[in-house]
Amino acid sequence: MSEIKIPIGPQHPALKEPESFSLTLEGERIIDAEVKLGYNHRGIEKACESRNYIQDIYLIERICGICSHSHSTCFVQAVEEIAGVEISARAQFIRTIVAELERIHSHLLWLGVAGHEVGFDTLFMYAWRDREAVLDILALISGNRVNYGINTLGGVRRDIDKEQSRKILEIIKQLTERTEYYIKVATNEPTFSGRLSGVGKLSTEKAKELGAVGPTARASSIERDVRRDDPYGAYAQIPFKVITDNHADVLGRTIVRVFELLESYKMLKYLVQNMPEGALTVKVPRRIPAGEAISRYEAPRGEDIHYVRANGTEMPERVKVRAPTLANLAAIREMLRGGFLADFPIVIAAIDPCFSCTDRAIQLVKDNGAETVDWRQLRDYSIDWHKKRGIDLSRI
Amino acid sequence: MKYPGKILPEVLKTAMKPPVTVRYPYERTEIPEGFRGKIHFDAKLCIGCKMCMRDCPAKAVEIEKIGEDKVFKATFYLDHCIYCAQCVDSCPKKALASTPEFELAHYQRDKLADIQK
Repeated sequence: MSEIKIPIGPQHPALKEPESFSLTLEGERIIDAEVKLGYNHRGIEKACESRNYIQDIYLIERICGICSHSHSTCFVQAVEEIAGVEISARAQFIRTIVAELERIHSHLLWLGVAGHEVGFDTLFMYAWRDREAVLDILALISGNRVNYGINTLGGVRRDIDKEQSRKILEIIKQLTERTEYYIKVATNEPTFSGRLSGVGKLSTEKAKELGAVGPTARASSIERDVRRDDPYGAYAQIPFKVITDNHADVLGRTIVRVFELLESYKMLKYLVQNMPEGALTVKVPRRIPAGEAISRYEAPRGEDIHYVRANGTEMPERVKVRAPTLANLAAIREMLRGGFLADFPIVIAAIDPCFSCTDRAIQLVKDNGAETVDWRQLRDYSIDWHKKRGIDLSRI
Repeated sequence: MKYPGKILPEVLKTAMKPPVTVRYPYERTEIPEGFRGKIHFDAKLCIGCKMCMRDCPAKAVEIEKIGEDKVFKATFYLDHCIYCAQCVDSCPKKALASTPEFELAHYQRDKLADIQK
């Protein structure tokens, strides 16, 4: 049978964000896939260099709308390490509570999206209804449903009082019941498990080789979790299990996420009940001494890495973000190979992609292939581009 | 036993319940206590240190001196503001405060510059 190459994206109904995939098909089967990044470059890293550390927290927080707390915590951890500041145990606990609430809302969101992608819209509606309760709790604690803004250099901005703790526990109890019900439905519903099992296979060896992270790696029975391997925040003090599964397909990724939800409920219960007393913030100088640090964080989608270099001024010299989706994109090719074209949306959705968070480089596609440019070349290019259209931006 | 339609009993149960959505703007949900809405400026407390301007990530606040004495006015660009309330935290004299006001859309852009004296 002859091969056909079809483009999917950058704008496509199956994708929620712009990203380009080029699939080589033989009949209905995908024999190869190519991923092209760079449709959503926002220049956040560069913008960080012209703002002070306080302003950067809010900018970094807006890398991702769903795992905003992950990115901001990862960034402040790096800055605190450079400044040599140790934050209080209470602040650590509050950061961890928000982090786990964020994981719950992100996994519930994913469960809904997965249901929607396989045509199980009832699950989508129910999962998102339950997610709403988590967002309400986050709004109660931080003042906002998304982009919580709870982190600041040297601690947290808001405290959690008795009444809020009581509400958190109440919601956890409700959600535990709901999640157990979803597990029952998902495992007993043959249309759901039949649709997901065997789709998007990623063997343990391949997952290791391609550096998969987060639930994607854990579903291929790799026990990899930054919370346990390199504990930050309050994770060193709380008991929890790293959930793995050996299905190595989309069903496995669903199982890992759903059981992680149950694990998160237990962790939250422990965190809320054992919250230590202490100050919310410690003083951090406005000018961060010269130095560099790498910070790791287990975001809902996998390991998030931030690199910060300080030069003794109020602004960082360099900020580099490696979002979890970038680590999982290499595995996408492997997962798509050998599968059906119709499985494409759910395979992509199964890594819980966040393409806007991922885009860090820009590629200019010329007639004869692609070319990578650095910041200065890109600037010159954009000045030229605007000049041809009668706008002079060279003075900016 | 595995058979399709496992979620059906739940669907039928939910069909009898009222919807979980709220008929905004006729009905409103409760706004949490620490909600970060429009910023309120207290001119009596402001000393004009401009810490809020330095820390604002969106360059949405401007403090200007009016008159001879140390009297200041604040301009909030509601279209720039990301409602993070960092200015409230940065202010050493507590001249700024968050309010629960969030319905700030307007047809004219210049009306979004909120001047408080």
